[in-house]
Amino acid sequence: MTAQHPMVRLAGVAKRFTKGKEMISIFDHLDLAIPRGDFIAVMGPSGSGKTTLLNLLGGIDRADAGEITVADQRIDGLSEGELAAWRAANIGFIFQFYNLMPMLTAAQNVELPLLLTRLRKKERAERVQTALSVVGLADRMKHRPREMSGGQQQRVAIARAIVSDPNLLLCDEPTGDLDRQSADEILSILQLLNGELGKTIVMVTHDPAAANYAKRVLHLDKGRFVERELAA
Amino acid sequence: MNDFDLVRKNLFRRKLRASLMIISILIAFMIFGVLAGFYRAFTAGEDRAAADRMITVNKINFTQPMPIAYFNRVKAVDGVRQVTFANWFGGYYQDPKNFIMALAIEPNTYFDVYRSEFEVPPDQLQAFIRDRGSAVVGEKLAQKWGWKIGDRVPLNSNIFSQKSGGHTWDLTIAGIVKGKAEHVDTNFLLFQYPYFDETRSFGKDTIGWMILQTTSPENNDRVAKTIDAMFANSTAETSTDTEKAFGKAFAAQFGNIALIVLLVVGAAFVTILMIVGNTMALSIRERTREIGVLKTLGFSGPRILTMVLGESVLLALLGGIPGLAIAALIAMALRNSLANVAPAFAVSPTIALQGLALMIALGLITGIIPALNAMRLKIATALGRG
Repeated sequence: MTAQHPMVRLAGVAKRFTKGKEMISIFDHLDLAIPRGDFIAVMGPSGSGKTTLLNLLGGIDRADAGEITVADQRIDGLSEGELAAWRAANIGFIFQFYNLMPMLTAAQNVELPLLLTRLRKKERAERVQTALSVVGLADRMKHRPREMSGGQQQRVAIARAIVSDPNLLLCDEPTGDLDRQSADEILSILQLLNGELGKTIVMVTHDPAAANYAKRVLHLDKGRFVERELAA
Repeated sequence: MNDFDLVRKNLFRRKLRASLMIISILIAFMIFGVLAGFYRAFTAGEDRAAADRMITVNKINFTQPMPIAYFNRVKAVDGVRQVTFANWFGGYYQDPKNFIMALAIEPNTYFDVYRSEFEVPPDQLQAFIRDRGSAVVGEKLAQKWGWKIGDRVPLNSNIFSQKSGGHTWDLTIAGIVKGKAEHVDTNFLLFQYPYFDETRSFGKDTIGWMILQTTSPENNDRVAKTIDAMFANSTAETSTDTEKAFGKAFAAQFGNIALIVLLVVGAAFVTILMIVGNTMALSIRERTREIGVLKTLGFSGPRILTMVLGESVLLALLGGIPGLAIAALIAMALRNSLANVAPAFAVSPTIALQGLALMIALGLITGIIPALNAMRLKIATALGRG
């Protein structure tokens, strides 16, 4: 693990939720460093804080205390507007249920993050083409989500996540809704993105088979990490 | 693709719902366009009334006559530049349903008082003044019936009868009256009062109303007071007012048009506002997760707000613009048949602009709450994470 300039650094992060009159502490004093180019699987029982961790790393939820640094940027003090711009430039999200826009074609779904850039139409089209080629769907550009299988939809979602060339990919149960074969295809693509393109990936999963595709597995339990190294 | 494409695609993702909303808005703006057109028609005279022109009528109401002797007395009032008079004829051509706006007028002075509105070629005007049995016809009316100079027109009255017992006055067309501006209505026939008065069986030596022009609008009040004081305590007291006030009072005979427009359009709008607002809110609620995804991708709250508002404004425009266009077509189709009642009936550019402003207001009002909710939506809540 590289201690200097990690892609992700959490220092003393605390996160609490209020449920009725009860205060639930998810993290009390969480520290974490993820080097650039790492591929981490985060596992743990339900309610252990896996998704909360992804939310904090992606700047879509705020910590109650501590510092969060991603790609050399402290994000815990950014405003909502600054966080939105930061997410657009640095983070790619992949969800369990793909979350594609049903009325848009595959190409249009992939183009969405590029609407936030100053790229011209032609440049956007080239990037969309490249991203869909990476996930093997260059021939399905004009298909709408309902015309594609779950695995294909998730591949479109991956293309959408990488099209703006983000520093960090955050994946929340990316294979949770897929059969084994489709899941393996998706995980292979993630491995390719990590190995060939050097993308840093944090993937939350319940599936040990999926975790095996990662370089490291972090077990999260009661707000603390237990690490297990895997063969690369 | 751009934000507008996204807005458009979102709007039409449920085609039936979007179409029904568009049709509702279309009907509302069609009603607005037609009623506003009527309102304009009834108040057109009021808007175009000359500031220095006044009308004197019988104080009881304008349908009651006054002695013709008043004419010379008013002419002598200080501050009066010119006076003329007219009498309602209640005319029709061939069949009572072919209403003709016909007036018996004082031939020497009428076109002097209305010189800023109408023009009659001097030779035609002279021919009209010379021939007691002649008439001048407005250009529109002449076109409608294909009348030309020299034609003999049998004009009937549903009020007056001749001493001989007949209801028909045979008139020779001596001239065609043109409007000096596009908006000036020329759907009328004017003939000589002396001929009318001489031949009618009752009401002799009375006139309907006087139109007077003051030397300056500043004299209006004084002139009005002098005239009305002159005939106070007589059998036919008078009421003198500016042409604008008279026009307004005349329009009021048809009921309070403004109130009708306000109530009908208002009721339609409030109903549509509630339906569209509720449907928009429902539509945005259905897309909570997608809005969360957009925010996750980096779309800012204000940008989401703009997109939702854009969607509701687009919806209002897609319904409203065709609605106004249909209203304009209705106005065009009815213009001829309503020429006598509401000659200026049309969806004017001003009405179109007012409609456009209303559409944008409708879009903003119906969209603002869903848009604010979408803007404030927490990503973690929207995605069901946390």
